Amino acid sequence: MTDLGLWAVPVAILGGAIRVSTPFLFVSLGEVLTERAGRINLGLEGTLVFGAMAGYAVAYESGSAWAGVLAAALAGVIFGLLHGLICSLPKVNDIAIGIALMLLGTGLAFFFGTPYVQPVAPRLPAIDLGFWSGIPQVQAALTVNVLFLAGIALALGMAWMLRATRVGLILRVVGDSTDAARAMGLRPNAIRIGATAAGGAFAGVAGAYLSLFYPGAWSQGVSSGQGLMAVALVIFARWNPLNCVWAALLFGGAGALGPALQSVGLSEGYYLYYAAPYVLTLGVLIATSSPNRATAGAPGELSITK
Amino acid sequence: MSHLPLSRRGFLRGTAGLAGVTALSSLPLAARAADKLTVGFIYVGAKDDYGYNQSHAEGAAALKSMPGVTVVEEEKVAETVDVTKTMESMINFDGATLLFPTSFGYFDPFILELAPKYKTVRFEHCGGLWTDKDPKNVGSYFGYIDMAVYLNGICAGHATKSKKIGFVAAKPIPQVLENINCFLLGARAVDPSITCQVIFTGEWSMPVKEAEATNALCDAGCDVITAHVDGPKVVMQTAAGRGAYICGYHANQSALAPDKYLTGAEWNWGKVYTDFLTKVMAGGTIDNFVRGGLAEGFVKMSPLGPAVSDAARKQFADTQAAILKGGFSVFKGPMKDNTGKEVIPAGKVYLETDVALESMNYLVEGVLGSTS
Repeated sequence: MTDLGLWAVPVAILGGAIRVSTPFLFVSLGEVLTERAGRINLGLEGTLVFGAMAGYAVAYESGSAWAGVLAAALAGVIFGLLHGLICSLPKVNDIAIGIALMLLGTGLAFFFGTPYVQPVAPRLPAIDLGFWSGIPQVQAALTVNVLFLAGIALALGMAWMLRATRVGLILRVVGDSTDAARAMGLRPNAIRIGATAAGGAFAGVAGAYLSLFYPGAWSQGVSSGQGLMAVALVIFARWNPLNCVWAALLFGGAGALGPALQSVGLSEGYYLYYAAPYVLTLGVLIATSSPNRATAGAPGELSITK
Repeated sequence: MSHLPLSRRGFLRGTAGLAGVTALSSLPLAARAADKLTVGFIYVGAKDDYGYNQSHAEGAAALKSMPGVTVVEEEKVAETVDVTKTMESMINFDGATLLFPTSFGYFDPFILELAPKYKTVRFEHCGGLWTDKDPKNVGSYFGYIDMAVYLNGICAGHATKSKKIGFVAAKPIPQVLENINCFLLGARAVDPSITCQVIFTGEWSMPVKEAEATNALCDAGCDVITAHVDGPKVVMQTAAGRGAYICGYHANQSALAPDKYLTGAEWNWGKVYTDFLTKVMAGGTIDNFVRGGLAEGFVKMSPLGPAVSDAARKQFADTQAAILKGGFSVFKGPMKDNTGKEVIPAGKVYLETDVALESMNYLVEGVLGSTS
């Protein structure tokens, strides 16, 4: 092992950003899709935890990590459909349903997940992008999971879709004005249900990443609230898929700060470093807010903007 | 745990029950023997965490086969007023007369404040430091797992090539600090130039942060890693994945990486709880202050893994024999902490049973890290 001195901190932050950001990215992309269609799904934390459990269980039983990812995505679709269908009923509040589904998802995951805490499931493969470096720390930091790359591709694809395609336009119309969508002959409810289901699938995949790659085990504490933070990231990213990538990387890197600083000897006050992601959020939100454009970019049909 | 508003009927039933218990407890001990007994176990995390809580839950499961014993359990009870609510509900609604709140933070102030209110209930806390000033219906028990961690350290000292070993720790409480110190002192019994890097995660169970901490240790060059968190599975898997050797904690984690697993410090609560209950069912009382180590069967070692060298096996066996014989000490003066302050004066020797060790608040020289 090469001794990197203080360089260990930026290397660790880079590694942390790559390792920890993927669940944030997938959940926030799923939420962007849902919210651009005019719904808020706060239940993605539950979907994430259930996806983590379902993915781990199926990967263990079938012996294939990719089967686990697929199962997690399917579970996410089911939760998304449930949310979308219930919210299509008149006078149903999507925020309340989201919280209910969050509790249901985590509860079901804990209930079914008990036998899978101890067994070891196959892990998702990683691509070694650090082969050019002779430094083991850099090699470890650049061990990138396929899902991370898939997440970035997804963000680019979604940004293009929302900006330049007919599907994107339909989604945006439904999200910005139900009346306009109806006038165009669209069926807002059906489109919202579809968007919520797709968003749920993303959150399920995020869960599978947690349990099948990093940290790579199923336990009840596996999410530690990342699903909730990712939903908040959407506001932070102003409903823009590309901003979600930066926000996710920022949060991943900030999470690596505490352990990295302790490992180079800056060990006093680690509780303070652990608060870094939250301080960062506050700081950026204050910096980017203004009385004139408080919810710039927010879809018009969101229940928080109406 | 939902807070139940106390209705008049519920209150009357509760007080009637309490009166009954009080009447019962005024009978001579022998008359109460072989009665039915409800025992309550409270865990801070999930009881299937492959770690600390599971070790207690397995101990509780061992009691379920005892005749006349009913076990009630509640998991994921925070170290806050939540535990008070859980204890009161176990006492008033389940009729529990013996409670095992197993997490460190439950003791002070929650158990100490509730115990005087329920004088007929026995509170047995794991890891707390009971003194004569505390209520008489409170007891504390713990195992000297630090000696098992010292044996981990010996295996680590033989296995390390970088002369740097790593420790992922949850919170800087005395038992965790003692384990960190023992891990290093065990390794230093092999080679005094070894250092131990510690990273605190600040939480008993936080898998992503534990994985990050393990990666940071590996990046810092640590090649043998152990942990003191509730569920060490993530640390073990991540460390082994990075090519480091691992020493288990709480339970036998060798199945996670058999080639990298050196040995591990395991709890053996099944024996401890069965002994307690046998005593209570026979009409006796549990001592207020119970401790035991390797010799008493409170803790045990995982079988040595294939990576443990012959030299390590010999030193391991010799040290284990010395510990089992009694009178073995690792905290001997003169000893400095890692800020250079003398913490044990020359000539002072603390045996494993010494109560002073249970209020340890320092990291010894050679540990890289800080307690705050």
